[in-house]
Amino acid sequence: MMATLIQLFISYLKIGFFGFGGGYAMLSLIHSEVVVNNAWLTNSEFADIVAISQMTPGPIAINSATYIGYEVAGIAGSIVATVSVCLPALTLMMLITHFFLKLRDNRYIKGAVKGMRPVVVGMIASAALLLMFPHTEDGKSFIDLWSWAIFAAALLGSARKINPILLIVLSGVAGVVIYGL
Amino acid sequence: MSQLLEIFWSFLKIGAFTFGGGYAMIPLIQYEVISRRGWLTEQEFIDLLTIAQTAPGPIALNTAVFVGYKFRRYWGALAAVLGVVIPSFAIILVIAMFFAGIRNNVWVDAAFKGMRPAVVALIVAPIVGLTKGMHWVGLSIALATAVTVWYFGFSPIWLIIAGAIGGVLWVAYKGKEVNP
Repeated sequence: MMATLIQLFISYLKIGFFGFGGGYAMLSLIHSEVVVNNAWLTNSEFADIVAISQMTPGPIAINSATYIGYEVAGIAGSIVATVSVCLPALTLMMLITHFFLKLRDNRYIKGAVKGMRPVVVGMIASAALLLMFPHTEDGKSFIDLWSWAIFAAALLGSARKINPILLIVLSGVAGVVIYGL
Repeated sequence: MSQLLEIFWSFLKIGAFTFGGGYAMIPLIQYEVISRRGWLTEQEFIDLLTIAQTAPGPIALNTAVFVGYKFRRYWGALAAVLGVVIPSFAIILVIAMFFAGIRNNVWVDAAFKGMRPAVVALIVAPIVGLTKGMHWVGLSIALATAVTVWYFGFSPIWLIIAGAIGGVLWVAYKGKEVNP
């Protein structure tokens, strides 16, 4: 138990520390720690949590920390994972806020940020690829032609700035109609 | 003390009502922090967004630390972070406790089968805008990152470090700004 809590702490500390580029970019990092490195979740459980995080308030990094922490080690696990994912932001942002005016125009910092930008875009793409074409049969997000139809409709809706929560809810309703009836 | 409570309460609201993460919450933060409380000016808010997006970690969390720290130092930052985290923590904990029991229900399973492709679509959507106008070197790096992480299971951490080092070296070598 203690070993699991320590591993949770380390994993979510890493996710918090290297989580550049916002929620979607962090997904591949979370996947790497939670599915690939520690096998705490299967691909399909990971996909479920991403869907749940889209529908509940709060950043996905925190949502996934709470959920996975609980799955792995109960309430203690959920607290440890949530606290550790927040620690890097808490300490780094205080430092940055303190030194911001001096740092803002530093060209090396600008260079580092610009160098990370294409990597962040690639990380977002890899999160989509991991969900579309997982390496195991169980995590498949696309099971038949209906899946591609829902995908195309949601992509179109997103391009038209339709609220993402509404898109998720509608596709859930579509799922019930297609697969449940 | 009352100011700490105000910070906590404002960020509790932000945490409870920001569905969909990141950018969706900017208008709500703007309202709470600028219009309602007058804690930041418009210019400070724009600066804040720049750093919150540059620093690692969720934007909501980074914003909370910035605003809290600016007003009441460590305690302010802590109050803001607790506010923004508590709603999501509580809601997800409840879901985690009960979800396993209903996950195999036929209806729930059907709904999730429908939601998964939509989730992928929401992740794919911003990529188009992000790659628009990107230099071919940047595009190649993005593509290489996507393939190594997805296909070879490479941890993104090393690629982020490599990207940052690459950017710094480029500036040191060229002596000017990079534009990937």
